[in-house]
Amino acid sequence: MTAFEYILGIPVAAALALALVPSYRVAAWLNAFASAATLGAALSPFVERPATGVFFLIDDFNIYLIALTAFVAFTTSLFSLRYILHEVAIGRLPKRYVRFYHSMYQGFVFTMLLALSTNNLGVMWVAVEGATLTTVLMVGLYRTPEAIEASWKYFILCGVGIALALFGTILMYLAAEPVMGEGLKAMTWSELLPRVSAFSPAILNLAFVFLLVGYGTKVGLAPLHAWLPDAHAEGPTPISAVLSGLLLNVALYAVLRFKMLLAGNPGALAPGPLMIGMGLTSLFLASFMLYRRRDIKRLFAYSSIEHMGISTFAFGMGGPLANFAGLLHMTMHSLTKSAIFFAVGHASQVKGTQKIAEIRGLTASQPALGWALVIGVVAIAGMPPFGVFMSEFLVVTSTFARAPLLAAPLVLGLLVGFAALMLRLQGLAFGKAEGTGKASGAALVPLYLHLAAVLVAGIYLPGPLVAWFQNVARLLG
Amino acid sequence: MLHFANTAYDTAHLLDTGVLILSFALLFQRRLFGVIRTYAYQALILAAAAAWQAHAQQAPHLYITAAIALVFKAGIVPFVLQRIVTAFNIHRSIETALGIGATLVAGMALVALAILLVLPVTTSSGALTRESLAIALSTVLLGLLMMISRRNAVSQVVGFMSLENGLILAAVGVKGMPLVVEISVAFSVMVAFIIFGIFFFHIRERFDTLDIHQVERYRGERER
Repeated sequence: MTAFEYILGIPVAAALALALVPSYRVAAWLNAFASAATLGAALSPFVERPATGVFFLIDDFNIYLIALTAFVAFTTSLFSLRYILHEVAIGRLPKRYVRFYHSMYQGFVFTMLLALSTNNLGVMWVAVEGATLTTVLMVGLYRTPEAIEASWKYFILCGVGIALALFGTILMYLAAEPVMGEGLKAMTWSELLPRVSAFSPAILNLAFVFLLVGYGTKVGLAPLHAWLPDAHAEGPTPISAVLSGLLLNVALYAVLRFKMLLAGNPGALAPGPLMIGMGLTSLFLASFMLYRRRDIKRLFAYSSIEHMGISTFAFGMGGPLANFAGLLHMTMHSLTKSAIFFAVGHASQVKGTQKIAEIRGLTASQPALGWALVIGVVAIAGMPPFGVFMSEFLVVTSTFARAPLLAAPLVLGLLVGFAALMLRLQGLAFGKAEGTGKASGAALVPLYLHLAAVLVAGIYLPGPLVAWFQNVARLLG
Repeated sequence: MLHFANTAYDTAHLLDTGVLILSFALLFQRRLFGVIRTYAYQALILAAAAAWQAHAQQAPHLYITAAIALVFKAGIVPFVLQRIVTAFNIHRSIETALGIGATLVAGMALVALAILLVLPVTTSSGALTRESLAIALSTVLLGLLMMISRRNAVSQVVGFMSLENGLILAAVGVKGMPLVVEISVAFSVMVAFIIFGIFFFHIRERFDTLDIHQVERYRGERER
């Protein structure tokens, strides 16, 4: 068996096994072990890289994202362990749903890894659809009216989104078919890329618009973002962490793959301006929306929209430097945002609420947790010396160098978002502690691990990693 | 504009148009049972269209897509939806966000848009492919319109499913497209999960009266 068969096989086997394990304690541990095994398999392509075949596409871009996905899925499963036990203990989550939750968690990880590793446009679509399906069910897990509403909204909007993406995929096949001939070849990434210059540019353009709108809905780009805050706020917090940290990246990955196709055809439209427009709109809208949030998970969900906007903007600018910045930003956002959701999950369990106004003085009542949240928020707001600052700095400088006019709204949007988060942080972390001060018993290791990685990346990026990102940036064109 | 006459072309065209016309019919239904029945007819014609393409393109795997449309979409789904509506005593008439007349005009505009969008860019493809693609896109857009213009959850799901019918129509119409069967299975699984999951379990546990109007109270109007 090759590495990729393990990467995909372990989550499938775990999903099936977890559906059968009756004890929720055993299931939670098994979930963590399976995620660890998947991470191990996901790291193996760095040692011995398999060749691209009919089924799997292998290049620098996706094996790095596969490793990132497996890593965050693993740390989230560690966080989820304590989180779920606590939710069951306080009776918020009935025991019989826990089996379903764990099985779906592994199913979700499988669909994301499949979307990243497949060499086929159609399979990628099926995988993203599967990811939507598993998360719709998990967002509605608590069965409160709000949770049902959130998962309904998520299903309707993302259902329409992936439907449009399928239409785009069909158009892409239509563009490829006269050149490549009928059959699987005309839907295989590695076969399409070298010959894309011969495709009809008009069909490619039309296809890309559908694909950008379709997969863009899942990235959470404005004005198609409406599902995102609800889905993040109402589902279990580990799911918020993987939605923000991973699913948005996977959807952006799909958009970027299609962008690479378009870049190979001289007659096709430049995807840059469309992506820049959507990225800036998302950044602005989300930054201003940050001010009026009263729910802590909703606050950070809007922050995710903001950061996906920044990444999309960077990839829209294109070129080696901006692409590098975009990749770095994607990575840093994933690590930081999932860490923040870990902290937020524990904080709302300790305080028994998600309302920002009722969570006060965390640093006084829960120093270990409170300070970690402070560090996370400071990092995501873009303060030095963290990695997010570095990637945002690169985005801004590369924009200044090439299109100074675009840099002004970018910087303005960043500052507005920064101020909003700092304002909220004041109340959350400092001031007089309210509510119970009991120990959270939280598993803080994954949280610290992520924050440490973000800090190190902000101070010193190892040479091989830089070279790796530069390679991918060149690949993206 | 196209001088092209043979049975394969004419039959495919007839069936495609049938799907599109039933999409319009969905837009002016005022009763929930009417919507569900019209959807079943549309799925039936879709099954015929897929089977015809399987025959015309000599692609036997498309018969599976046709069978899924026939058994699942034209049979099981409408039956289950009707059962849900009767058993849970859902309000039978449909509230529309937009008047029926205005919806139909908007629908016609969308069809025109689809034709203007698809025909000019696909000049390199065969006549049948490009026209069925235009019709399929029209069906997709009409499904979207239905989801937007209806407030009732059941008719929104039907809107989504008719949108999906348009996509399957597009996929079977494009010559030799691989993975059509896998895609239609994936869609069917999604629809099945949504209908059984969201409707049955969530709503039944949460609300004693089983009235979807209670869910709708929370929807949209609780902007925070």
